[in-house]
Amino acid sequence: MSRNRKLLTLFLSMLYISAFTFGGGFVIVTFMKRRFVDQLHWIDEKEMLDMTALAQSAPGPIAVNAAILLGRKAAGFSGMMAAVLGTVIPPVAILSVVSLFYRRFSESRPVALLLKGMQAGVAAVILDAALSLTQKACPAGEWAHMLILAGAFAATFFFHLNVVWIILAAALLGAFLSLRRGKGEKEE
Amino acid sequence: MIYLRLFWSFLQIGLFSIGGGYAAIPLIRAQTVDLQHWLTADQFMNLAAIAEMTPGPIAINAATFAGMQVAGLPGALSATAGCILPSLVIVSLLSYLYTRWRELPVLQGALKTLRPAVAALILAAGVNMLLQAVFGSASAVQMDSVSWLQAALAAAAFLALRKARWSPILTMALCGAVSLLAGLI
Repeated sequence: MSRNRKLLTLFLSMLYISAFTFGGGFVIVTFMKRRFVDQLHWIDEKEMLDMTALAQSAPGPIAVNAAILLGRKAAGFSGMMAAVLGTVIPPVAILSVVSLFYRRFSESRPVALLLKGMQAGVAAVILDAALSLTQKACPAGEWAHMLILAGAFAATFFFHLNVVWIILAAALLGAFLSLRRGKGEKEE
Repeated sequence: MIYLRLFWSFLQIGLFSIGGGYAAIPLIRAQTVDLQHWLTADQFMNLAAIAEMTPGPIAINAATFAGMQVAGLPGALSATAGCILPSLVIVSLLSYLYTRWRELPVLQGALKTLRPAVAALILAAGVNMLLQAVFGSASAVQMDSVSWLQAALAAAAFLALRKARWSPILTMALCGAVSLLAGLI
């Protein structure tokens, strides 16, 4: 793919994803996974998970952060700008128009019905992507990974712990384990 | 100058909201309602509802909304630019560090345990979204508030995505269309 072609694909993909992605940052990340991992094969599942963790732990909107990481990886600085513009244009355009007659919009019954149904669709999209990512992140027989998965799920779902702490704890645990393993190998 | 003030306020929001939309809401409120009086408390409630109903990050939605209310389209653009500037700088740096150091054993170890944790976070977001869609609330799940139409839509959408590899956006749009038709009939 030529460079200009790549930038255009990046911009249009993010524009399309951003225009149709309702809900928080995790939603856009799962749509990005479908596009850039499954369809375009620009990155793999592991990189997508790493990017999600970075996007989530850095300040700022997750969707914008994820676009920056992906754009940089795909085509450097211009890739970053193309991806960020694609991500930002739809919400800015839509909100500029909606803010002019927001009361009518937020009280409209057809809009509410449409959004309600789309919520069910979004839930399915996230669960589908989450299952594929889980399979990749927890290879069969890796019990430690299953434990981390279960622990992180409980921490966020039942105890509503801030996700930044969960990410930090998981990263520190892994760093600690690999340091200890490295030391053990040297002593042997 | 109002454009600079919008830019600066939203730069602070972008810089200090770690962890996405729910972390950003109190900061946005503090800046736009309490400090700068650009929005009334009522307008802020409307903004939160609209942000929920429109695509895109809530901070960008808020920046555009507040900017439009105070200074029209140029205001919306300056606020949005302020909101994403910290991300551009900080995440670029993180991206550089990640590509440079990802082969280090310590970072490899950290990433290895991080991946299942992140997968769990996405999974939890999906379950919450499903509860929200089917029961109308993710925190108060009661059998008498179940919407069977929503449950059927979610199940059908899941199968279409998983087995037939439908495009996510098409699947989502069809779910919306079915819900609209069923509600209007």
